[in-house]
Amino acid sequence: MPSATVKIPPVLRPQTGGEAAVSADGSTVGDVLNAVVEAHPDTREQLFAGENDLNRYVNVYLNDEDVRVLDGLETAIDDGDTVVILPAMAGGAR
Amino acid sequence: MATATEALEQIKERVQMVPVSNARDEIESGVRLVDVREQNEWDESHLEGAVHVPQAEVVERIDELHPDRSQRLLLHCRTDNRSARVADDLRELGYEDVGVIQGGILAWEDAGYPVVSASGLTPEQRDRYSRHTLLPEIGVEGQLKLLNSKVLLLGAGGLGSPTALYLAAAGVGTIGIVDDDVVDASNLQRQVIHTTDRVGVAKTASARVAIEALNPDVDVIEHNLRLDASNILELIEPYDIIVDGADNFPTRYLLNDASVRLRKPVVSASILGFEGQISTFIPYDGPCYRCLYPTPPPPELAPSCGANGVLGVMAGLMGQLQANEVVKLAAGIGDPLNGRLLLYDSLATSFTELKVRRDPHCPICGDDVPEIAAGDMGKFPDYELFCGAPAREPSPEPVA
Repeated sequence: MPSATVKIPPVLRPQTGGEAAVSADGSTVGDVLNAVVEAHPDTREQLFAGENDLNRYVNVYLNDEDVRVLDGLETAIDDGDTVVILPAMAGGAR
Repeated sequence: MATATEALEQIKERVQMVPVSNARDEIESGVRLVDVREQNEWDESHLEGAVHVPQAEVVERIDELHPDRSQRLLLHCRTDNRSARVADDLRELGYEDVGVIQGGILAWEDAGYPVVSASGLTPEQRDRYSRHTLLPEIGVEGQLKLLNSKVLLLGAGGLGSPTALYLAAAGVGTIGIVDDDVVDASNLQRQVIHTTDRVGVAKTASARVAIEALNPDVDVIEHNLRLDASNILELIEPYDIIVDGADNFPTRYLLNDASVRLRKPVVSASILGFEGQISTFIPYDGPCYRCLYPTPPPPELAPSCGANGVLGVMAGLMGQLQANEVVKLAAGIGDPLNGRLLLYDSLATSFTELKVRRDPHCPICGDDVPEIAAGDMGKFPDYELFCGAPAREPSPEPVA
């Protein structure tokens, strides 16, 4: 089973015990994210809407490419890939 | 034995002399043009698009400058004596297609063709910006473009402070600043444009003091107000480039939608904790903010710097990256972060670059979006409703 490094954004780190990157196994992006949810159940609500759809405000990248332009959660994982979870941030001015 | 004059005449018979009108056509179609005069002559005035290499250095540098010996090369000097000699030397080195502008820059100017004149820069400016004008990518042309550019900063805070200082130092001629806040002591850990003795002063006024002390060339325009749907079009219309350092989602979506309508490029960064993101959105030439983030996160996933904290140095770095993008856009050089999102993690000191695609179904810049009628240009949706959050947090605590 291929293994990927999943980068966790700051807003999700309270749900991963502070970890900024976690290792997860899976043959697709969806499997890898489900493995993250299994290890850190509190991340489910923020990642997924319903059973198997990503929340629309969460962007997921396989290496540097948005999975929306690949095969979404079905996108195949190679061993050593990086999955980046990216929510929008707004901090700046004040 | 030929006299010096005769020798020069012989050289001019051997090399290809190009009348200025033909030279102009070649230059317009992008031929490689080298000006072989001395530095002081170049500084005074030169042809747009020319590369400057003094006569004595041309042969030495030609391999790096113009490695393909079969490719067309055009030379000029003040008249055409020096450039003819250089052309003759290059011919002997095997350069097959070298032309010399007949009569040089004098004939060019006599024909009424335009030159880039350093007279656009005052003696003080030539000195102040000399480290810019020495860079061939910027030069006097690029510096004049910076001096003529108008940049609007949304916010004089964690991002806007370093951005404003570097843009001011770079000689961006007009800097507008939108902010309705006053300087608070808790800002000073990162908002380096403000000072301890200006706590309590409006941020726009405080920023003006710092910018004017740094560079009197800059025209500072204070917009001491809150950006909203009723004023945004009027506010951004006069500017060439918008820098988004807004601290909330409703303002970011409003700015995106308005800047796409007016086709204004936006350099957009955000910061939180130890991490920052930056991208540049050039309407219809790449994705917009909504292509990247179609839907804002719920408020609990969008904490502010006021609630979460932010590393001041990291904010400064992201603000400087914004300034870097602005300078490139204004001078027309380099590759902007168009279609790319750069993430910075200051704890790891690591950058990650992600691709951002234009979404053909984007509700704002997508292919199927109908053109907006002139009367509806200023109408925008309710962003606070869309984002499920107010444009400004109710908390009395100063944030980000």
